[in-house]
Amino acid sequence: MAAVQETVDRVRAIDVDAYKYGFVSAIESDVAPKGLNEGIVRFISAKKEEPEWLLAWRLDAYRRWLTMEEPKWARVDYPPIDFQDLHYFAAPKNAAGPRSLDDVDPELLRVYEKLGIPLVEQEILAGVEKPRVAVDAVFDSVSVATTFKAELAKAGVIFCSFSEAVHNHPELVKRYLGTVVPSTDNYYATLNSAVFSDGSFVYVPEGVRCPMELSTYFRINEKNTGQFERTLIIAEKGAYVSYLEGCTAPKRDENQLHAAVVELVALDDAEIKYSTVQNWYPGDAEGRGGIYNFVTKRGDCRGARSKISWTQVETGSAITWKYPSCILRGESSRGEFYSIAISNGRQQVDSGTKMIHLGRNTTSRIISKGVSAGRSQNTYRGQVSAHRLATGARNFTNCDSLLIGSECGAHTVPYIEAKNASAVIEHEATTSKVSEEQLFYCQQRGLSAEEATALIVNGFVRDVLQQLPMEFAVEAQKLIAISLEGSVG
Amino acid sequence: MAAPAPSRSTAEATLARQFAALKALAATPGRAAAFARFAASGLPTRRIEAWHYTDLRAAMTDAAPLAPAPDGAAIEAARALLAAHDKIGVARLVTVNGRFAPELGDAPPDGAAVAGREARATEARDAMASLVEAMSPDSLTVEIAAGAEIAGPIEIVHLAVGEGAFSLYSWTEIALGAGARATVVETFLGATPAVQRHAATTVRLARGGWLKHVAAIGDEAELHLESQLIDLEAEAELNAFGFVSGGALNRRQIFARLAGADAKIALGGLALIEGTRRADTTLEVVHVAPRGFSREFYRAIVADEAVGVFQGKIMVAPGAQKTDGAMKSQAVLLSPQAQMNAKPELEIFADDVICGHGATVASIDPEMIFYLQSRGIPKEEAEAMLLDAFGAEAIAKVDDDALAEGLRARLAAWLAGRNLRTEANA
Repeated sequence: MAAVQETVDRVRAIDVDAYKYGFVSAIESDVAPKGLNEGIVRFISAKKEEPEWLLAWRLDAYRRWLTMEEPKWARVDYPPIDFQDLHYFAAPKNAAGPRSLDDVDPELLRVYEKLGIPLVEQEILAGVEKPRVAVDAVFDSVSVATTFKAELAKAGVIFCSFSEAVHNHPELVKRYLGTVVPSTDNYYATLNSAVFSDGSFVYVPEGVRCPMELSTYFRINEKNTGQFERTLIIAEKGAYVSYLEGCTAPKRDENQLHAAVVELVALDDAEIKYSTVQNWYPGDAEGRGGIYNFVTKRGDCRGARSKISWTQVETGSAITWKYPSCILRGESSRGEFYSIAISNGRQQVDSGTKMIHLGRNTTSRIISKGVSAGRSQNTYRGQVSAHRLATGARNFTNCDSLLIGSECGAHTVPYIEAKNASAVIEHEATTSKVSEEQLFYCQQRGLSAEEATALIVNGFVRDVLQQLPMEFAVEAQKLIAISLEGSVG
Repeated sequence: MAAPAPSRSTAEATLARQFAALKALAATPGRAAAFARFAASGLPTRRIEAWHYTDLRAAMTDAAPLAPAPDGAAIEAARALLAAHDKIGVARLVTVNGRFAPELGDAPPDGAAVAGREARATEARDAMASLVEAMSPDSLTVEIAAGAEIAGPIEIVHLAVGEGAFSLYSWTEIALGAGARATVVETFLGATPAVQRHAATTVRLARGGWLKHVAAIGDEAELHLESQLIDLEAEAELNAFGFVSGGALNRRQIFARLAGADAKIALGGLALIEGTRRADTTLEVVHVAPRGFSREFYRAIVADEAVGVFQGKIMVAPGAQKTDGAMKSQAVLLSPQAQMNAKPELEIFADDVICGHGATVASIDPEMIFYLQSRGIPKEEAEAMLLDAFGAEAIAKVDDDALAEGLRARLAAWLAGRNLRTEANA
């Protein structure tokens, strides 16, 4: 109940047009000229002082991208993107590589402070057992700081920016890059392969349980830039890691493109838990501005008994186009997808997952909760397929949609493909509005319509919130209430 | 943005030639427009979302020659087929290779009017329904007068008669006046593995009309493509069921529009798919008016290397408040090579609705088999018993004892035949 009260207070404290991360920071940046051509790809690669093989990989992706067509199948609608009108690289001026946090531009630290992300490695406060989180902060295109590196290194965990990994651990990058999402995968993944600027790299060695939560915060600051980061997480045999990403961007009238790629590799008995709290700027109530979030995320359960779990709370972005997926290759491997997608205003969400069962006795579970309000369109699109050799494959899918207001839409498009008689696949979906009876009951107990709606929505998404690491669950709950602000009454 | 039209396949080129050769039809504006709609998209491929699991362009290597108008010998062959088929209901109407053959059927019962005449334009969006609209030689129209109640089922038997490879197009219209009540059974008979059948049925129910419709497909066509175009006015009620047990490639597509308030629709089906057959049921129920009610219940038994497909979409347009829709698709896979693809969709643009769907795919529960075996029932028999129960639950949706009994007999025959075939192979 306390959490609900907090949500309600939070909602009240904010105006209707309440995107609290909408500020712009005056930080000097190196920006590549607008447009995309081989020169820009070479420029990015040179800026990063990349080895020859990576440049070749980028150029190969770029040439392929030129021959590809933009996907049109999603239920989203937007004017054509002029890919020549974007900056493909922007970096805070002195980001050449801060040795320690003291080298980081104080203005930048203030930005992260405003976002509520501690980059300073605070000691555990006396008496207060605060869970510690290692943070990699990505500003526009480059990683600016990674905390708790030393302590992680002690455990053998590598957690650094992608560019650092290219220099310090080229053999690992070379071995795994593009093995889950090949550079030919789809239009936006291919674009990302050509121009990705930075991102996070995580390697957890055999048998290691990563001692703390890892987290990346992505921030788009510069105007007219696209953000193209690339995350690669590898969990060796028996390893465990929990990783969280958060994202924000300033309020701007133009649309900005975010096309990221995330690749996860779990070997035998490894487990990766990947949580996202996506809060890119969604545009204003009339649909002006906002981020186009076109993201390819995929996990590969390569080893036996490995497990990959995606949890996402999607509240931001003008358009979301993302399908975090699991390839269940290893015997008895497991994939999970827990999602809350909330759309308001004129947001468009087309999101879901793919569970590709290839190995024997693989299991998967999908819980998706969509809430659409205002004049938004919210689509769940998912695929569950059990291949010939996936004997004993098991899937359970539940997607529920909640409608608030008469001008929004909620859609469900699941693809179920069983090529194996021993596979058991179950799917259920419901769509309904917040029930009058529940509202009446709450109001009768003295809650306002808005409080009652917040309470009911929080109940509706609870199954998924429970999957988030504790402190992020609280943050996500606040975010949900803020996102729905103005949709009641 | 329309994709650039792919170069025409052999079948598409043949179809264009065949249509041009039907000079009388090609000169009729409605028919020409229908063919133009077909030609604009061509034979559907996987790239067309409604055909995601059935690539007709790849499957239909060529269009078979059109069936000629039946001659005396064909009529005699039709009589022989009919003699072997048990009569259902109060009146039988017969088409032969897509042409209405009044001499083979009965007079229509009181309240019903029957005619073979030029098809009415529908502007069907689907390419294959448009093709039938363009190519069908005539149309069998069954009209039930307002307020009339037909005592028993009217059976329409669609016969395919002839030697060798041919294609046929049949167009049927069923229209009920306000408050009319009727039951119509469409039976498809006689097709050999060389026959390509293209069928379409329109169902129009005026205010308060009530229709029970059963389609039974059990012959062996190379291609059975059947479209139902359904339009319900206010307070109309339709219960439609489809029983599929044969054919190399079977596709039933149902486009239903609940145009009037308080309309009700219940769609059901059972597909028995074995060998290397493919059976695809694709339906779209569009709620346009308030307080519509829809139920879809489909089951499939997929054996051997067969492939089953179910695609269902419930769409609720803005303003169709208080819609209540529920859809369920369940499939049993009997062999490691059997496949089932399901895509149950919801597309909802109104908020005050209750909609849901469920889909399951699984094999027979080994525990149930074990239970029956422990009671002394041999494995094959136990399996048949469970499958019979699984199918019977779907058939029960017909909600008419006599018709359900006929379908259950077909199910039992299929199961018995399957056991014999399995034994022969063992």
